[in-house]
Amino acid sequence: MEKAIKKFWPVFLLPTLCAFAIGFIWPFLWGIYLSFHKFTTISKTTFVGLDNYFKVFADSTFVDAFWFTAAFTVVSTILINVIAFALALALTRGLKGTNIFRTVFFLPNLIGGIVLGYIWQILLNGILTNLGLPLLALDARYGFWGLVILMCWQQIGYMMIIYIAGLQNVPGDLIEAASIDGATSLQTLVKVKLPMVMPSITICSFLTLTNSFKLFDQNLSLTNGEPGKASQMLALNIYDTFYARSGAQWKGIGQAKAVVFFLLVISIALIQLYMTRRKEVQQ
Amino acid sequence: MKKLITLALAVCLCLALALSASAEGSVYYLNFKPEQDAQWQELAALYTAETGVPVTVVTAASGNYETTLMSEIEKSDPPTLFQVNGPVGLANWTDYCYNLADSEIVKHLTSDAFALKDGDEVKGVAYVIETYGIIANTKLLEKAGYKAEDITNFETLKQVADDIQARKDELGVDGAFTSAGMDGSSDWRFKTHLANMPIYYEYQADGIGSTPAIKGTYLDNFKAIWDLYITDSTCDPALLASKTGNDAVAEFVGEKAVFYQNGTWAWNDVSALGEENLTMLPIYIGVEGEENQGLCTGTENYWCVNGTASQEDIDATLAFMEWVITSDAGRKSMSQDMGFVTPFDTFTGEYESTNPLVKIDAAYTAAGKVPVSWNFATIPSEEWKNGLGSAMTAYAAGTGDWDGVKTAFVDGWATEYELSH
Amino acid sequence: MTTAKVYHDGAVSGARRALDAFLTALLAVISVVWIYPVLLILINSVKTELSISTSTVFALPTMETFVGLDNYVYGVTQMNFLSSFGYSLVITVTSVVLILLCCSMCGWYITRVSGAVSKGMYLLCAFSMVVPFQMVMFTLSKTADTLGLNTPFNICIIYLGFGAGLAVFMFTGFMKSVPIAIEEAAMIDGCNPLQIFFRIVFPILKPTMISTAILETMWVWNDYLLPTLVLDIKKYRTIPMAIQYFRGSYGRVEMAPMMACIMITVLPIIVMYLLCQKYIIEGVIAGAVKG
Repeated sequence: MEKAIKKFWPVFLLPTLCAFAIGFIWPFLWGIYLSFHKFTTISKTTFVGLDNYFKVFADSTFVDAFWFTAAFTVVSTILINVIAFALALALTRGLKGTNIFRTVFFLPNLIGGIVLGYIWQILLNGILTNLGLPLLALDARYGFWGLVILMCWQQIGYMMIIYIAGLQNVPGDLIEAASIDGATSLQTLVKVKLPMVMPSITICSFLTLTNSFKLFDQNLSLTNGEPGKASQMLALNIYDTFYARSGAQWKGIGQAKAVVFFLLVISIALIQLYMTRRKEVQQ
Repeated sequence: MKKLITLALAVCLCLALALSASAEGSVYYLNFKPEQDAQWQELAALYTAETGVPVTVVTAASGNYETTLMSEIEKSDPPTLFQVNGPVGLANWTDYCYNLADSEIVKHLTSDAFALKDGDEVKGVAYVIETYGIIANTKLLEKAGYKAEDITNFETLKQVADDIQARKDELGVDGAFTSAGMDGSSDWRFKTHLANMPIYYEYQADGIGSTPAIKGTYLDNFKAIWDLYITDSTCDPALLASKTGNDAVAEFVGEKAVFYQNGTWAWNDVSALGEENLTMLPIYIGVEGEENQGLCTGTENYWCVNGTASQEDIDATLAFMEWVITSDAGRKSMSQDMGFVTPFDTFTGEYESTNPLVKIDAAYTAAGKVPVSWNFATIPSEEWKNGLGSAMTAYAAGTGDWDGVKTAFVDGWATEYELSH
Repeated sequence: MTTAKVYHDGAVSGARRALDAFLTALLAVISVVWIYPVLLILINSVKTELSISTSTVFALPTMETFVGLDNYVYGVTQMNFLSSFGYSLVITVTSVVLILLCCSMCGWYITRVSGAVSKGMYLLCAFSMVVPFQMVMFTLSKTADTLGLNTPFNICIIYLGFGAGLAVFMFTGFMKSVPIAIEEAAMIDGCNPLQIFFRIVFPILKPTMISTAILETMWVWNDYLLPTLVLDIKKYRTIPMAIQYFRGSYGRVEMAPMMACIMITVLPIIVMYLLCQKYIIEGVIAGAVKG
């Protein structure tokens, strides 16, 4: 059987592989190559070694964007997961209207990042004006919290769904047994439910972490990095370096920034997976 | 079988490429002004119908012009006609700019000053001249007991504004000036257009046209006018950071403010008030002899032809540009539909602009007033404007002092000049 | 619900009922807050342009400021919004269909054939899911331009390349749990692998197909940066790109038509969601379990 299928590899594998080569492998390798070069048009490239990489770390906007992104990622990952988990707990109690609540909470997730950004820009600026505070684009602190609120609004529903699925998989007799043993509901939560939904926590924290770290659309439409570049996140900073800065050196630096960004994302993903997988219950 | 299909596909692709390359020249205009997108599309269609030369007009979303140009110019079918904002913008794109010195369009310029030069080469041509000042509601002014003619210098401007501000409840307004919002939709009115005043007078005093280090000779005057804007305003200075350009328009059109600093391009926004109730005043900042000062007139819009395009495309583009400024349809569209004042000698008689704010400017010039030139194209970078804008906002809100503005203005200039040269 | 079976006595259930009532009320309040942003846009999309400023954005439309559907008509006609809608639709449908077809085949091959090729392909897919788009943004747009993959009709190849990771992952995850016996029986009956795949495996994959389709649709429909950089902007604009065009060169934003167009963008999504809610939520869960 295996042999027979193997003969058909051009049909099964080739289309995906070709597209993969065009849409991912080639641009990826080429990107790494270009990060060691200085260029404005790709027909004229000069090899500059690690020069671009040195300039990346000398560029204060990139370093600032890194800290902004890091702070944003930590805050939003924690908030989203805690709130989503709390909602999931509430929605697995068999309350009246559970289905309606679930429908409503999940809804924002389907709206695209650009549109979301505009919706919240209108809403938050309205609130800030009526409170007599500076607009989103004029104070990076409000920009930061605006992004956090937006991200929570978009992601909580999605994570909540995953947590609900996880909680529903906790065997009922396990909870019943805990209850008979006199465990309070808090104890049941910490000792029984939490360890059992660890796989959901792994996947949710992984998703929120990478989504927050790679955030682009929402950042672009909500604050566009204003004021100055104070609310610029890494992805936007790289885009900005490529397409908004003119001058011969910037494209190479942009590509080098992208490689650094990629390495950051990969290492975060690996560390996070390693740490939470360790805590999961062996099933 | 599969190989055959692949081969056939490859051949088709090559053929298509070869065909598109060997075709007659075509024009691809990357337009900067979203307000005039519809008119350009119409004009392009008309030209194609007349001559058969394909013209594509793409308008970049606001604030995305540079990024769009940067990504488009790299493509296999790049824009053949694009625009830069002046010498600073040109420095970034000069390698792409075709020398227009021998083109027809340059010969039609009314003044050499409208050609953007790099050495002996003409790299850009201004296509629209704009004017800004303080747009005033004369109806409200009269209600307060004044005439536009009463205001001839900073002293009288301040007197009138202070009086209106003091009697605002009686007059039914919220303030003399519209709110000077400092978000991206409005801050350019101050960090760029208003900041042009001290730069202009310093250049005049020193007899120069650009400088690596600004001295800030007229910064006290700049402070005076900014103080006036933010104190005689519809809102508390601390709230300026929460106002937008839309808010200022709403206040002015809603007759809640008498003065609104903006330019000829804003006509459509304020036209609801009626031509007879509007005028435009020079921005007086208290410099000696300013009674003779006119409105601020200049351009930030230069056409450049992409020199890296094929010769056929370059020729087609030059022909299209010439058609736009010489044909009846082109002249009508630019002067009447788009409302532009152009620097070309072909726009005479019925092709003069019908924009009332433009007519006011013409009246000033006719009366012998000296127009203030736009010097912000010599500002070293966008960062300088942003730094100044933040400092002005902080000063207005009371979280920063005037020294911060001074630092951003003088030191910021030197730093940014250094970085960009 | 599993938690409904909790062991209880009278006192506990009384406290529990009170808590439940409180939670229901709290959730109801949160729900209202949750949909408020969308309502706000809806309210403002029927007001006049001049009545919308940052300070009056919360006001309900009055007799003077109500303009009915004017903003919708203006937005749709001026901005060519319907063609953007069409392009977004074409791109999403072609891309998702292509991804489903190619990746299900690829996923089946990987699970049924062991060896370095399968293993390598699988790892590559996992890898591609983590790589941020910025990494390939510049080079990908150059490649797409060179190959002419810049129309709504063939940009799906790019989407296949960049979106294959997740889909292959989903399909292999599901295939692993499908017993091979039926396929082997079909092989003995003289079917070739293609026939086996389309007659036997394809129908089995249906639930995973739906889940994957939903996840990929959500991505492609809302994607902004990829089409902005890759599409031939002289001719084509997708919805997320078109929304940007309500800003003028001097910073003026046409708020009212912009909000109308946001509503036009959001409403079909909401309707779709309410109709296929079950599948969408199952899709999300399936994606999470496999990912």
